Parts: sequence; structure tokens; C-alpha cells
Amino acid sequence: MTMQKKKTIFTTVVLAALLAACVIVDLTLPSFHIAVTVIKKATVYALVAASMNLLNGFTGLFSLGQAGFMLLGAYAYGVLTIPVAKRASVYQYFDGGAIQFSLPEIFAGFLGDGVGGVVGMLAALLVGGILAALMAYLIGLPVLRLKSDYLAIATLGFAEILRAFFQWNALGPITNGSNLLKSYPTFSKATPYVVLAGVMIAVILLLINSTYGRAFKAIRDDEVAAEAMGINLARHKRLAFVISSFFAGIGGGMMAMYMGTIAAAPFKSSLTYEILLIVVIGGIGSISGSVIASFLYIFSSEWLLRGLDSGEFLGISAPGLFKNGFRMAVFSVIIMVIVLFFRRGIMGDKELPDLLDRRERKHKKEAAGK
Amino acid sequence: MQEMFPYFLNGISVGGQYALIAIGYTLVYGILRLINFAHGDVFMVAGLVMVYATASMPFYIALPLVVLATVVLGFLIERVAYKPLRSAPRMSLMISAIGVSYLIQNMAFYITGGVPQPVSNPIPWISENVTILGASTKRVTIITPILTILLVVALVYLINHTKIGMAMRAAAKDFETAQLMGIKINKVISMTFIIGSFLAAVGSMLYFTNYPSVAITSGGMPGLKAFVAAVFGGIGSIPGAVVGAFIIGLCEEVIKGLGYTTFSDAFTFALLIVVLCVKPTGLFGEKVTDKV
Amino acid sequence: MKKLLACTLALVMALSLAACGGKQAPEGEAPAENGDKVVRIGVFEPQTGDNGAGGKQEILGMQYANSIQPTVDIGGETYEVKLEIVDNRTSAENGPSAAAELVNRDVSIVLGSYGSGVSMAGGKVFEEAGIPAVGVTCTNPQVTADCSVYHRICFTDPFQGPALASYAYDGLGVKTAYVLGMLGSDYDQGLMYYFTEAFEALGGTVVSEEFPEGTANFVSYINNAKSAGAGAIFAPVSINYAQLIVEAADAQGFEGALLGSDTWDSNMVVESAKGKNADVFVTTFYQEGGNPEFDDGIREWINANADAKTNNGGNDMVAAVTAMGYDAYFTALEAIKAAGSTDPKAVLEALPSVSYEGICGHIEFDEVGDAKRDSAFIKTANTETGVWDFVKVQSVQ
Repeated sequence: MTMQKKKTIFTTVVLAALLAACVIVDLTLPSFHIAVTVIKKATVYALVAASMNLLNGFTGLFSLGQAGFMLLGAYAYGVLTIPVAKRASVYQYFDGGAIQFSLPEIFAGFLGDGVGGVVGMLAALLVGGILAALMAYLIGLPVLRLKSDYLAIATLGFAEILRAFFQWNALGPITNGSNLLKSYPTFSKATPYVVLAGVMIAVILLLINSTYGRAFKAIRDDEVAAEAMGINLARHKRLAFVISSFFAGIGGGMMAMYMGTIAAAPFKSSLTYEILLIVVIGGIGSISGSVIASFLYIFSSEWLLRGLDSGEFLGISAPGLFKNGFRMAVFSVIIMVIVLFFRRGIMGDKELPDLLDRRERKHKKEAAGK
Repeated sequence: MQEMFPYFLNGISVGGQYALIAIGYTLVYGILRLINFAHGDVFMVAGLVMVYATASMPFYIALPLVVLATVVLGFLIERVAYKPLRSAPRMSLMISAIGVSYLIQNMAFYITGGVPQPVSNPIPWISENVTILGASTKRVTIITPILTILLVVALVYLINHTKIGMAMRAAAKDFETAQLMGIKINKVISMTFIIGSFLAAVGSMLYFTNYPSVAITSGGMPGLKAFVAAVFGGIGSIPGAVVGAFIIGLCEEVIKGLGYTTFSDAFTFALLIVVLCVKPTGLFGEKVTDKV
Repeated sequence: MKKLLACTLALVMALSLAACGGKQAPEGEAPAENGDKVVRIGVFEPQTGDNGAGGKQEILGMQYANSIQPTVDIGGETYEVKLEIVDNRTSAENGPSAAAELVNRDVSIVLGSYGSGVSMAGGKVFEEAGIPAVGVTCTNPQVTADCSVYHRICFTDPFQGPALASYAYDGLGVKTAYVLGMLGSDYDQGLMYYFTEAFEALGGTVVSEEFPEGTANFVSYINNAKSAGAGAIFAPVSINYAQLIVEAADAQGFEGALLGSDTWDSNMVVESAKGKNADVFVTTFYQEGGNPEFDDGIREWINANADAKTNNGGNDMVAAVTAMGYDAYFTALEAIKAAGSTDPKAVLEALPSVSYEGICGHIEFDEVGDAKRDSAFIKTANTETGVWDFVKVQSVQ
């Protein structure tokens, strides 16, 4: 059996097992169970982390604007899917809002309630992604000319500006100003999230393995050399930025689904930092690393390590030590240790199937030695 | 004009506070080419230390202690989080800075229990009210810009006329050559962090005497804005950072005075982007050529 | 190196899983050990973040109530009441997971939260799980409007805003009001809207502005109010900002009144007004002194308990939210008694018909799940003694 074949089989088995596990969780546990909630949140983070990795890890553009693009995606999803009948109560301060249609209802009109609703929701996610991509294109025109840390701070600034705009009362009829958007349809089970994020991440992986992906990596490794090889720097950087933002926008829409309410407040720079740190834990330049790290991070912070905050952990009861915030303090120490001493993160720049490589390479070395 | 006067007064005071933080950014960036994301959090920690210290001892002991604690923190951050990464790519350094910021915030969160700590009038004299040209304000509003300018003059003297200052300039100009010329680069870098933290501590004390509480996120916004000020003035240049900070402080308050309060924060970032795109070297920055 | 890391991580995972398992087991066994049966009441409150201080005070009321009434009789059997407190960190994004955590701990009914946004985020989870929730001081009408399980024992913004507006216009004779709220806070924006609507209907003028989150300098906003000729500033903001606004108004010599919503009713705000030249008026649910027996009891309890005192801001003043928390606890017990079962579904059915005479007034729910309340207390900060003085009972026509 060739290595390639082995890898494919390995990947398929892992993915199938994950999907099966998720379906089982969905079938056995009610949708409000903490496990389901955590899986939903982790998949959303996985998608956003993967999109950030595409930009920061594979193209070498250090951008901190992820929260802004997620904000766009989340709002687009909410605004387009709130049922018309509920708009009056959601937009209570803005006379029912300016937009009087809802994508799921439009699609339900000719596809039936079930299918149409889902198609409408997906369409709204897509619109969110496209809006984020468009915004990224516009922002990218001036900003992508900047060097690494200036780019970081400029994108951070853009995210903050975007947040102020969405909270502006003059845009209230669309964004509901500072008030929450709610009552929009969501998936209550975890499987749709896993499938949706899985497909998106697969697309990101395909992109990375295409000629574009190789061009991105060339830019990351050496801009000047890449340009000398005939890679159009500006075009490829813009492309990476736009694509990454597209997925961040979709991730934002899914985040909105998960949260059940949308406000601009959670989409602060601290969200971007959190995602960046997940990418670092997983390994800059490894999509599977980002996914694994998201699950590890969300599972432990939202569920498994909650005991650290509430006085009892591992059967040890120490209310004085295990008080509010201890969980995050422990977490940030772990993150610093990873940043300083395990800079490659969990996966380095390898993907999951590459783990099979090691033994093979050893064999080859031995063969070469002979 | 008379109506706008209180806004100007306030703007200059806010600008002075930004200036004290901005210098920390600009010094570190000048030498390490690193945006020290943790600097705003150092500023916040100084405020927290002040809250705890002034609650248990008289202020003439507490305030030097605040400065000392902040300086030690700044020094430790450099030694622990940045020194091991000296030869690593710049992205790692920046990630480390974000990690430190995350760490400090979470530690502060743990210690304070996540609730803003009330500041109880730590330095009585400077928070009294005075009236200038018909505008009522606190004494600290007047003191801040004056103190800022005095400190900056002292700092500029230090950099231009002392041995360590010369070493700092040399390191900023060319890191490796400076090392080859026998400059103890680690000592110089530690010194920059100490100076930066010292000024942040002073800024923090002035800033938080005006406000009733220190929250763990208090450092974030002033930190980012001070960084914008440093970029605006030309990163690496101390007079630039100060001028940039005063301009940003003034603009912010005037914008509030004109009624566009929603965008007072957004304006600062818009200014940043415009500056970066039009004149990346800022007002006083030196032109840097890229070496391949 | 990588192997080592992988092993460590695996270990961490395994340990935490073990911890999770280890933690749940004793909980399940506990009732068997001492023979008592346990009914769990979930407390969905912020202990950290912007509303951390308020949330903690609300929890105090529930804890005090729990200390004087630790058991409940259900169908002839005595159950021990256990409070399950989960921190929702003030923010809507942490709402769903905190709510799911509560559901996971098998609670029969949920109390909270301080802050409407996070209540709405959690409400969705409670609705799916069919667990009844009693909002204690979340005043946004949307909390109960679109959620079948959410009830509340406090008045709502469409009541509170107009109450203050009519007090300002008729009681204080203010013709121009300056309204200030935080950008991005639905609570602030909601009250601003209702206040403005009512105040303009009365014939007054409103100038309205917003400040970005994290603002620490309110001098310019106060100056804006002065130049607008405002006779009063209405700022329905959280406690931290309220303190800043009081300070800034004093420093700038603002002559008019400062009007605050229920969030302002905190000892921290009155403390910051002490010794200042400020006229602060707030609407609230409970006036200290309204029930001396309760006041004395909780003071004694707070003073005997160092943690409680810290959570109350370092003194023993009784905040209205604490009294509301106390009432909420007993309302929950009434509902459990009426249901005759610890099953959330049964409690949910029994809840709407509960009628309870609380220390903050009579509690009864209307068909949406809101409390039937037609009056609010207005009180003012006494700048000499640093306590709240009762002004009047305000109702809206």
C-alpha cells in the first residue's frame, strides 16, 4: 500500500469516527446538554482558527482583524434570518427595522418548510461570508501594503471601527443599534455545526494544497524570493486575506447561531487574541492542529476545568485557591509555556495524516545509509 | 471658543496620560521592533497596585512602592517572555506579547475576583477641584501635562547625554553592530523596559486618581491609543510620541464636544490607518529602508 | 519533545475527565449519605465583568434567604435546598454554556440574571430544557416576551423609564434632559428609548449621547450636558460608569439632577456621591428600612461573614437587588411547593400561578410572565451621610 493511500484511509477513518461520535452524542443527549453546547462552540472556533491560520500561518500575514469579520458575518446572518413576524418585537426601538424579509421564509415558500428553512439559513451564512470578503477586499487595498506589525495593528483598528459602526444608532433600522438581535432560527443539534465547519475546513485544506496554497507558503517563507519566482505578491496577499475573511464571516454567522443572540460587544479584540492563541497552541501552519486546539481549549475552558473556578477540582476542595478566574489563570500560564518553550504547538506545521510519515522517513534514512 | 475651552483642557490632560504610556511603546519598538501589547496591562497593574498599596499604608510610602513594583514587572516581562525569543521570528515575539497581555489580565482577574477595584482618593491634594478661566476641573488635569513635559525633557537628556542613552540610541540604530561594538545589549533592553514601566506607573497614578475604579480591562484602550499616538508621531521618536499623544487626546475630546461621541474611539483608529497608509514613518519618524 | 507534549496534554485531558467524573459522583451520593433529599436551585448570575458587583449583591440575597430557610417541604417530605451558582461573566457569549452547565447540574428552577442581555442568551437554553427561570432584576421586556419559561419579579423598562421621566418633568420641573448611555449595551439603550419617549410626550426636550465601552473620562459628556442647558442627566448605566458620572458631574459643577435607573441603587454609587455636590435620584425595587426585620437580619449575616461583606462592597448597606434576590428565592420555593415535585416541568406549570408577599411588595405574574407591578421607589443620595433617602413612590399614569 502506498503512503498516500494509507493517509487517505487514515483520514477517512478519523473523520468518519468523529462524525459518528458526534451523531451518537446528538442522539443520546438532549440538545441543551453541556456536551452538545461545547461541541457547537468548539466547531465554530475551529473554523475561525483555521481561517486565521490560513492567513497568519500559511501566508505569513499577521492580521488581527478576525473579530471584525466575524461581526459582519454574525450580523448578516441575524439580519437576514429573523422571521418577519418577530421583527417588530426584535427591532422594538426602530419600528420593526428596515428589512422586511427573511431568507429562510423566502426559501420555505418554494422548497417547503424544512428544506427551505435550512437553505435559507445556509444562504444567510453565505451572504455573511461574502460581505466579510468584500469588506476584506476594501480594507486590504490600503492595509496589505503594510509590514507585519503595522498590518496587525491596522487590522485590529479596523475591527474596532467596524464595531463602533454596528452599534451606531443611525444604522439601527438594520443592525438594531446596541440592542440584541434574537429570535432567529438556529440548529439545536451539534451535527449540522460539525458538518458545516467540516466542509469549510476541507475547502481551506484543498486551497492550501493547490497552486495558490503553495504560492501563499512561498510568500510566507520569503517575499522577495517569491516575487522573483513570478508570484504576484499583491494579488496573492489580497486573495489570502479575502478568503480568510470569507471563512471568518461564515464562522461569525455560526457563532451567532451558537449564541442565540447577537450583540457587537463580544466581537472585541480579545476574541481575536483568543483565537490567535488557539492557533498558536495548535501549531502555526497546521489546520488539523488548529482544530484539535480549538476542541481542547473550548472543552477544558467551558466544561472540564470549570471546577477550578468553583472551589472543587480533582476531588480537592480548596475554595480559597480555586476561586473565580483560577481556570483562566492556569490557562494563560499553559499558553505562555507553549509560546515560550513549545513554539511549534501541538502539531507544528504537520497535518494529522503526516503523523504516519515518521516511521516511513526513518526507514528511508536507514535505506539511504546502507 | 469659550465653550470649547473645557474640552481643550481635558484633551491636554488625556493627551499627557497617553504620552506617558506612548513613550514606553516607542522606546521598546525603537530597539526590539516589537509592539509590546502587554504595556497597557502593565499600566493597569500599576493602577491595581496603587489601589492595594494606598489602602494599607500612607501615600508617601505607597506611591514609590507602586513605581517600584511596576518597574520590576516590566523588567520581569522582558526577561521571561521576550529575552528567550530574541533570535526567533518577529511573529513569535508578537504572539508572546499578546500571551503576556492575556496572562496579566487573567492573573489580575483572579486576584481581583473580576470586579473593578474602587480607588479611594489616593493622593488627596491633586484630586481637588480648581477653576481655570471659568472651567472647573481637578488639579490633576493641570499637573498631568506639566509633569509629562518635565519627564520627557529629563528622558531626552538621558538619551542624548548619558552613556546608557548613547547605548540605547546605538541599539536602536543597528542592533547587531551595537552588540559588536561591545554594548551589553541585554542591559540596554532591560533599561528601556524599566524606563517605559516607570513612565507607565507615573501615568497610571495620574490616570487613576481621576477615576473611581480600576478594572482589568482598564489598560487595553489607553494602551492601544497610546500606541496609535506613538505610530502617529513616528515610532521610535520620543518627541513624536508626545506630540502624537497630545494631538490624539485633543482630537478625541473635541470630537466628543462636537457631538460625535459614538466615534471618538473609532476616530483614533481611523487616524492610525490613514497615517500608516499615507506616511508610515509618522510625523517625526526616520525613514527606514528594508534590507533583504 | 513533541511526544512529551502530547503525553502531557493527554494527561491533562485524562485528569480533567477524571475530575469531572470525580466531582459528579459525590454530588449524586450526597443525599444518600445523610438521608436528606436535595432540591437544587440554579443561580445564573454574573460574578465577574461589568455587572459582577451587582450580580454578587443579588446572590447575597439568595444566600441569606437560603441560610434562614435551608429546607422546603415537598409532598410531606423535607428537602434540603442547595444553591448551584454559575458565573455567566456578564457577556451574552458565555450565557449559553453557563446555562447549559446549570441544566447539567439538574436544577429545578433558575434564578437570575442581573443584566438582560445574558438572560436572553441563557433563556434559549432553559427553554429547550424546559426549566423555569425567574428573572430577578432583568428589566428588558424582551426577556420574557419571547421565552416561555422566563418569568420575572421586577418591573420592566417600559415602566421604569417613564416613571423617571415623569418624576423629572413633574417632580423636579426639568424641561431639558441629557440622556447618556453606553454604546453596545442593550440595557442602557432600552431605558434611554423609553425615557426619551415618555419625556418628549410630556413636552420636554431630550439630548441623547452615547459613550464607547471602557470610557473613563466623562468630563466632556458633562460639559455637553451643560452646554445643552440640561436640567437633569439621565444615565441608565452600570455601577462603574455611574460612579464616574457622579464624580465628573461634581468636578464640572453640574447644577442639575442626576437620574439613575435600578443599577445605580448600590452602596458604591451612594458612597461616591458622599461629600460631593450632586443631586442623585434613582428608581429602585426596595427601600432600605422598608422591612426592618429583614434589614437587621441580613446586616447581621453580612457582618458575620467576611466573604459576604467583601461581595457587598465592604459595608453592610442593603442593596435593592439583594432584597430582590431574597424575594426571588422564596418565590422559587413557593413554586416548588405548589408543584409538589422537584421536576422542572411541574415547577414550570406551577410558577405562573404563584402569589407571594415579598419584602419588595406583592409578587404575581401576568400572562407574559412579568410581575404585576405599578409603582417604583424613588430615592436620593444623601451626600452628607452617604446613605439613600426615600423620596416617594412613583407610578405612571
